[in-house]
Amino acid sequence: MSTTALRRQAPIVDFAPATPAAPAAAQPPGDSVHGLAIDVQGLRKSFGANPVLNGIDLHVAAGQFVAIVGRSGSGKSTLLRLLLGLEQPSAGTFSFADGAERIDNLRVARVMFQEPRLLPWASVIANVEVGLGADRKTAGSGDRALATLAAVELEEKRNAWPAVLSGGQKQRVSLARALVSRPRVLALDEPLGALDALTRISMQRLLERMWLDQGFTALLVTHDVAEAVTLADRVIVIDDGAIALDIRIELPRPRQRGSADVAALEGRILDKLFAGAESP
Amino acid sequence: MNLRPFPEWRQTRFTRRLTRSFTHWLVPLLIILVWQVAVSSGRLSTRILPAPTDVVEAGWRLLKSGELQRNMWVSFWRAMVGFAIGGSIGFAFGLANGLSRRSEAVFDSTLQMVRNIPHLALIPLVILWFGIDETAKIFLVALGVFFPIYINTQHGIRSVDPQLVEMGRIYGMTPWELFWRVILQGALPSIFVGVRFGLGIMWLTLIVAETIAASSGIGYMAMQAREFLLLDVVVLSILIYALLGKAADSAARLLERVCLAWHPAFQEP
Repeated sequence: MSTTALRRQAPIVDFAPATPAAPAAAQPPGDSVHGLAIDVQGLRKSFGANPVLNGIDLHVAAGQFVAIVGRSGSGKSTLLRLLLGLEQPSAGTFSFADGAERIDNLRVARVMFQEPRLLPWASVIANVEVGLGADRKTAGSGDRALATLAAVELEEKRNAWPAVLSGGQKQRVSLARALVSRPRVLALDEPLGALDALTRISMQRLLERMWLDQGFTALLVTHDVAEAVTLADRVIVIDDGAIALDIRIELPRPRQRGSADVAALEGRILDKLFAGAESP
Repeated sequence: MNLRPFPEWRQTRFTRRLTRSFTHWLVPLLIILVWQVAVSSGRLSTRILPAPTDVVEAGWRLLKSGELQRNMWVSFWRAMVGFAIGGSIGFAFGLANGLSRRSEAVFDSTLQMVRNIPHLALIPLVILWFGIDETAKIFLVALGVFFPIYINTQHGIRSVDPQLVEMGRIYGMTPWELFWRVILQGALPSIFVGVRFGLGIMWLTLIVAETIAASSGIGYMAMQAREFLLLDVVVLSILIYALLGKAADSAARLLERVCLAWHPAFQEP
């Protein structure tokens, strides 16, 4: 797939708070990368007197898969909630950019939570249609919902109630709901955290496949370092409300869990996390 | 392990329903049988309890004279009107106080205060206000039905999963959609609990009100029969109340099963 190849080779600016929109400009004109670039500048958030994020500067290129790891309470989920507009920043800005054009509309982003958050009183297909928002009533939206459900291999469960699905199936419906509107940014807040190990691996593969297919910008918050290294183009470690490490993962896809390259990177990130834990 | 007594007997949905409804009626039928035998054999005096056959006969007599239908209809109408008025006011307050903290701050403590007065204690006052006409009965039924529906609606709305509400907001639901598709649906199981409690209180209130102050209705029929020592009619009235109560509850349960088909508790086995 050519767009994928392009995206993988696209220059990625690490630690470059002063160069907003540069990578987006580097995209060839007319390129069909679907994702949006994200620009974060001096983002701060505190709850009362409690600082959670102390000035985050971050630029995410369009279509990039970024994993954000950190220990519990490091502020990684808060970063995601700020990005989704669920919280208001105490200081600083973040914006989405389509080329040089800034987009303020938060509706370009979709989210997948740790819990499936399906409506128990709506059938599986109706839950997927929730993701279409106001487009639900337009022509062809039903087909789109069904096609997305087929992509997560749950077509035959379309009329079932969520209560009868397994945990992994529920998360697949939740993924279909997030992707049915073809979002340009997908935020994932530890979406696989509650799944068993095997289901988790197959969900990771599904997630990767959907990302390669649709080309959205992905922001994955996780505390599973192996998962971050297997899936992401770039891993950011957040510690004490600041970026402690920002590395690019340039291993070819699909990546083998447990391969030497993956393990080496995993070790490096874990070292950083533990270093943060031991320092006062 | 198969604990079915007849594993070779293939149960269809129909036969399963049939056996289930038969099981429901097994105990009442048994009681009536024992009662009939006890009276027929003379062990139980007809001055204490008339035989079931006598009660059926009394029912037939009143049916032919048209008295039974008229009284049943009057009672049914009072119950339904009272339920509709009290239920909708309770539902409206439940919605308002469940959705808005401000509304709750204004109304809730007053309503809780009124709730602690047994509504049947108001009968003397109600008779003084409205006399013994329809308004008095409907007022009492509405008052009785109001509280269970109010409390359970409010509780249901409060206990809707906030994560689902957040999801709805992120996915761009309008406030109306959020209310209709998330909040109300989530509150529905609790609202149904309120409806079923309300139906119970509805009949109870009506029985008391009709027995004390009425000139028609099942309760009035029973009181009239007591005057003339017509024991069979008294027992008939009591049985009719039981049947009406059961019918209302069954209707509510049917509605519940249709509306809450998604709920694991209502899934067909």
